[in-house]
Amino acid sequence: MGKRVNMDTKKTSLYQLHQDSKAKFVDFAGYQMPIQYSEGIVEEHRFTRNHSGIFDVSHMGQLFIYGQEDLVDDLERIFPLDLKNLKLNHSKYSFLMSDNAGIYDDLIITKIKDGFLIILNAACKENDFKILKALLNNKYKMILDEERSLIAIQGPKSVQILKSVIQGVENLNFMSGNWFTLDYHNIYVTRSGYTGEDGFEVSITNEFADRFTRRLIDKGAKLIGLGARDTLRLEAGLCLYGHELSKDKTPVEANLKWAISKERILKGNFIGSDIITKQLNSGVSKIRVGVKPEGRIIAREKTKIYNESDLEIGVITSGTFGPSVNGPVAMGYVENEFSKKNTKIFLEVRGKKHPATICSLPFYKKNYVKGFN
Amino acid sequence: MSEVKYSKEHEWIKLEGNIATIGITKHATEMLGDIVFTELPEKGSNVEKDGTAGVVESTKAASDVYTPVSGEVVDLNQSIVDDPSKINQDPENSAWFFKLKIKDKSEMDTLMNKDEYDKFAKESSA
Repeated sequence: MGKRVNMDTKKTSLYQLHQDSKAKFVDFAGYQMPIQYSEGIVEEHRFTRNHSGIFDVSHMGQLFIYGQEDLVDDLERIFPLDLKNLKLNHSKYSFLMSDNAGIYDDLIITKIKDGFLIILNAACKENDFKILKALLNNKYKMILDEERSLIAIQGPKSVQILKSVIQGVENLNFMSGNWFTLDYHNIYVTRSGYTGEDGFEVSITNEFADRFTRRLIDKGAKLIGLGARDTLRLEAGLCLYGHELSKDKTPVEANLKWAISKERILKGNFIGSDIITKQLNSGVSKIRVGVKPEGRIIAREKTKIYNESDLEIGVITSGTFGPSVNGPVAMGYVENEFSKKNTKIFLEVRGKKHPATICSLPFYKKNYVKGFN
Repeated sequence: MSEVKYSKEHEWIKLEGNIATIGITKHATEMLGDIVFTELPEKGSNVEKDGTAGVVESTKAASDVYTPVSGEVVDLNQSIVDDPSKINQDPENSAWFFKLKIKDKSEMDTLMNKDEYDKFAKESSA
């Protein structure tokens, strides 16, 4: 059953630590990544919700783009964001889109001194870099930084643990960041995450990543694998690229229109804006929803969704058992007319139709620390 | 006297008279991880050797459970449907899956004994 790990895959700076912690590895986007450690996905999930989990997300892309006002103008032609008013060290969730508003990647963009830092999905980062370089006509210095690791620390105890190692992080608001110095290393910390919990993402030099992470473990945090990362994000109703998001889906279809700046919609001069505006005005035929199966049946990706008249109306994009919800959870796309909360639907699992309902997201209530600005 | 045998699909089978109790091995649960869903065959149904006779799902994926021998399903362990985590806790004892009234005892002959299975499990996970 266990998948063999391809020896050509890359290792992160925490590889030795993962091995020391008895990780089971999987090949993910060309990297050997820990899927779980000895305690298993359910326990790792619960530990993150109740305490503090450390996630090695060094496979993700850290793209630094340097430039001044020209860069802001050029990036506004690419991203549907009000970047002119994005304050220093503040972050926004956004998308790299095609002309048809198909999603090439979803990302977090942060205004830093002299430019922007963009966090990209591992599987998309090389392609994103090429697309962005072409769109920006090679005008700006762009570094897809392989010299830095990215470590997330998530869960209610994370602020206490991280501040005991890096003083001052407790003052960061949700979706903002800053540079810190620890043992002469420059560390960029943002208050953000992918679990529905309060937490931080720490960009740190590769050479210091192992020592830094072991300090967090000494303070009581535990390493958490990609398996629990997936159950945590799914309970939090967050999208995963390649599942909820793809080149065939637009941000409006993905029910992420909140991430598109209203001011920018009015001006409409960004890549994909024609389609986005049209979809916002006349609606979409399919839309992302939360799905709650009855009982314990788990509807995995590609499970077909039917309405009460037995007509196929959509498909599941992610589904698992949610340990904090203590039941199955799923997301998928359904025809717009069946997307209302509490609509009865059926899921075809192993040849049988099982009842479920459309539900609001998230399945698990967020515990983010809100900004005061 | 009862004898316990093992299949290459990581089921164990304990035969007492003509009643076989079937479950999945500890090694299987370690490969699967946390089991969160179980589906069992219907009571009274007939299952064929090496055919599907249930499903277990972990947080990661679904896996079929096969029956190593043919027979009629005469009993089910509802407690592992109500709380699938019991399978991780005690897979080769209280967390049995189903009981069969078997037709052909010779089907047991092709299965492995404990030593053979332990060796097989070690090699297949290497």
